[in-house]
Amino acid sequence: MSQKSSFDPLSIEIAKNSNKSRIFPYKLEFDAHKKTGSWWVPFLSILVALVLCAIFIVLNGMNPFTVYMKMLQGAFGSTFGISETIVKAIPLLLCGLGVAVAYKIAIWNIGAEGQFILGAIGATAVTIFLPNLPGALYIPIMIAAGIAAGAAWGLFTAVPRTHFQVNELITSLMLNYVAILLLDYLVYGPWRDPAGFNFPGTPAFTPFQLLASIGGTRLHFGLVFALLAVIILAFFLAKTRWGYELRILGANPIAAQNAGIKINKHILLVMMISGGLAGLAGAIEVSGVAGRLMYGISPGYGYTAIIVAWLAKLNPWAMIITSLFIGGLIVGGYSVQTIGLPSSFSSMLQGAILFCLISGEMLSRYRLKRVN
Amino acid sequence: MTSTPFVIEMKDIVKKFGDVVASDHVNFQVKKGEIHALLGENGAGKSTIMSMLSGIYRADSGTISIDGRLVKIRSPKESLELGIGMVHQNFRLVDTLTAIENIILGEKGNKWRGPGWMKKKTKDIEDLAEKYGLTFPSSIPVWQLSIGEQQRVEIVKTLYRGAEIIIFDEPTSVLTPGEVEQLLLTMKELKRHGKTMIITTHKLKEVMAIADRISVMRKGKMIVETLKEETTIEELATLMVGQGFNEGLQIETMPPGKPIIEVRNLVVETKEQIRAINDIDFAIYEHEIIGIAGVAGNGQKELAESLTGLIPWSSGEVIFDAEQLFSPKVKELIDKGIAHIPENRMKSGLSGSLGIVDNLLMKSYRTSKRAKFGLINKKENNQWAKQLIEQFDVRTPDLISPVGQLSGGNQQKLLFAREVDINPKLMIAVHPTQGLDVGATRAVHEMLLQLRSAGSGVLLISEDLDEIMQLSDRILVVYNGRINGAVSRGQASKEEIGQLMAGLSRKDEAAYESEVVV
Repeated sequence: MSQKSSFDPLSIEIAKNSNKSRIFPYKLEFDAHKKTGSWWVPFLSILVALVLCAIFIVLNGMNPFTVYMKMLQGAFGSTFGISETIVKAIPLLLCGLGVAVAYKIAIWNIGAEGQFILGAIGATAVTIFLPNLPGALYIPIMIAAGIAAGAAWGLFTAVPRTHFQVNELITSLMLNYVAILLLDYLVYGPWRDPAGFNFPGTPAFTPFQLLASIGGTRLHFGLVFALLAVIILAFFLAKTRWGYELRILGANPIAAQNAGIKINKHILLVMMISGGLAGLAGAIEVSGVAGRLMYGISPGYGYTAIIVAWLAKLNPWAMIITSLFIGGLIVGGYSVQTIGLPSSFSSMLQGAILFCLISGEMLSRYRLKRVN
Repeated sequence: MTSTPFVIEMKDIVKKFGDVVASDHVNFQVKKGEIHALLGENGAGKSTIMSMLSGIYRADSGTISIDGRLVKIRSPKESLELGIGMVHQNFRLVDTLTAIENIILGEKGNKWRGPGWMKKKTKDIEDLAEKYGLTFPSSIPVWQLSIGEQQRVEIVKTLYRGAEIIIFDEPTSVLTPGEVEQLLLTMKELKRHGKTMIITTHKLKEVMAIADRISVMRKGKMIVETLKEETTIEELATLMVGQGFNEGLQIETMPPGKPIIEVRNLVVETKEQIRAINDIDFAIYEHEIIGIAGVAGNGQKELAESLTGLIPWSSGEVIFDAEQLFSPKVKELIDKGIAHIPENRMKSGLSGSLGIVDNLLMKSYRTSKRAKFGLINKKENNQWAKQLIEQFDVRTPDLISPVGQLSGGNQQKLLFAREVDINPKLMIAVHPTQGLDVGATRAVHEMLLQLRSAGSGVLLISEDLDEIMQLSDRILVVYNGRINGAVSRGQASKEEIGQLMAGLSRKDEAAYESEVVV
């Protein structure tokens, strides 16, 4: 009665280091000190993703270079393209900053989508419930309501985590669906515009409830909020005691505990900031772009923002670039539809980038070493 | 093939991890049909040797023979093929599967596994278990089984896979006293059926109760191999903790000053509501080093954690600097001047991926010197960090490279620099020289003595009895969460302390004879 095989995860390690048969005289060595990948990983992963997607373009019978050039032109080749790209980049940047703060201390908030929607709902609630405010007060109150609603939604994830050790990945994801259903209920139900020919949306905002646009395009003053958020967050993370505490918590929570840093306090605060930034994005989206709350207000900004944050390696400044890049990808994606590629091509490219980025982060912590 | 009485013969085994020699020309032999205890403190190299037998590590040099045949064990699978089975300290069971499913997991052949096949397997396994008197519920998920029952499943798993040699890695550390008794009976039963067993442990009483022969390791070296009849529990305790070193360390005699901390009737309960610290009293005075001696797991960890605010105490009084503390938080104790060198510097003291400055700031970033209005003073802090690493002789290429890349000694010096810089009234140092080379150990000892000269009190918790005996003004020996004896510097021999560590009162041979009988 002899049993030949036993599964042991360690045996994989052994197989890697075994000298049994050396056709390939190298071995992989893991660098445990390196917590993140090298700086060039985002660039290389974008390149690899472009090459991978080129295969599918060729299978569709098209020339990848033409397609990519068309995308580039669509996104950055005209004033209209650039302004559209920035319009997409604003919510991505704000949501990206939000999730990045949480990721700094290894709180895996993937609920920016729901927090964004709650922000949109919060801002819209002001227009519905306070119809007779002095005009100039609308925007500040709407923005504040959006931030508060998003932050509260973030707390729904944070409190179960700090008090009952409920995994925040699960709750934040689940709450996205709750938020989407809440939005659907409102725009199909009590908040539907009675004069809207059954369109699932609220009545259009009055001029005082809209963010001013810039230079006659769809570009709006939300851009200022987004850039301010970058500056403030970057400053706090780099220069303050709070930023230092986050750094220690992210690097070694046990050492942080030994230094008297309270992790639960930080989880609550960080999730409020995270949700608040996504909520701000939602408020800006309804008052700057859509002009009303409507069905499908977010085309997945909250999820795409995760790519924006990781491509920037959670650096607020770098997120300006990556949000523009991903925004450009979305806008460029529209323009390739005109030459016959499916609209999902842009999503595929985003997915490929995230996939390459995650594997690249991991793989760049290994070194190829020659054996003897 | 030569005939040999040894079923396992390891010769001249060397294994290095980086600069650390985990196994230094170790010889280890096990006779067929015996229960062999491999004794040693944490980090002595026991697990390294066992890992080589079970195919997890490979030796850098040296040979292993099984049944007189020279072998190379490249993987756990090959180890199993040689008839070696291991019962790990942390069980390797799938929680949601039943005992039977766990045991047949990974079995090859028989693509068709109908109810008939399953029935036959269940009967085979139950028969096997019964043969050795190992009972466990076989058809409910293993997470519903007690720890003792799970361990029995592990043992049957090795037997089912054909093991003739069974390695038990710290098998009693997770068991209740009743389960320990049960396990020892099982081992005797296995021995009766001709199985060979190796048990790694640091619990002396169990060793004396069950083992035929005993090998003692210390700091990667095999110290002695002896028959049980030829040794005593005190001798083993002494052998485990080592010989003198550190010659010529100057220790001035100093009269103790005012009390720094007074601990009265302290009780600390673990999450499982076991009294890890059970009613202890002691005080530490200025200019005094108090050493806590004891075999690992007798309450040392909980003592350090409660006095640094990491876990609350259940009852008792702690008076620090003439002021009573009520279950204080970590931050409060740092502000009051309690420094802490935690047990595992990289796990709980430093952040390996961050640089020197960030690591040095951990205890002082709240002070107005290091940060004004919530803003970190970057320039001044860099200057301050430079001075500190110079003063404490931390060898580092620069201030920003990750401290995980420094050597163990330099990491420990960095940790001391940080903790000493807060001018502590009390320093709690836990295993401060573990894994350090001679030079770094010396440096750590000097730093502790400097603190003593400066008027601080030091609570030194260590498994290294020589270190404790050399540095401490008074030694408290802990056993089962109580203080089993206190001796002043030079007032007790190593043998006497060893006896106290083993849970005996001094000069109490008779009690030990009656206690070890199971």
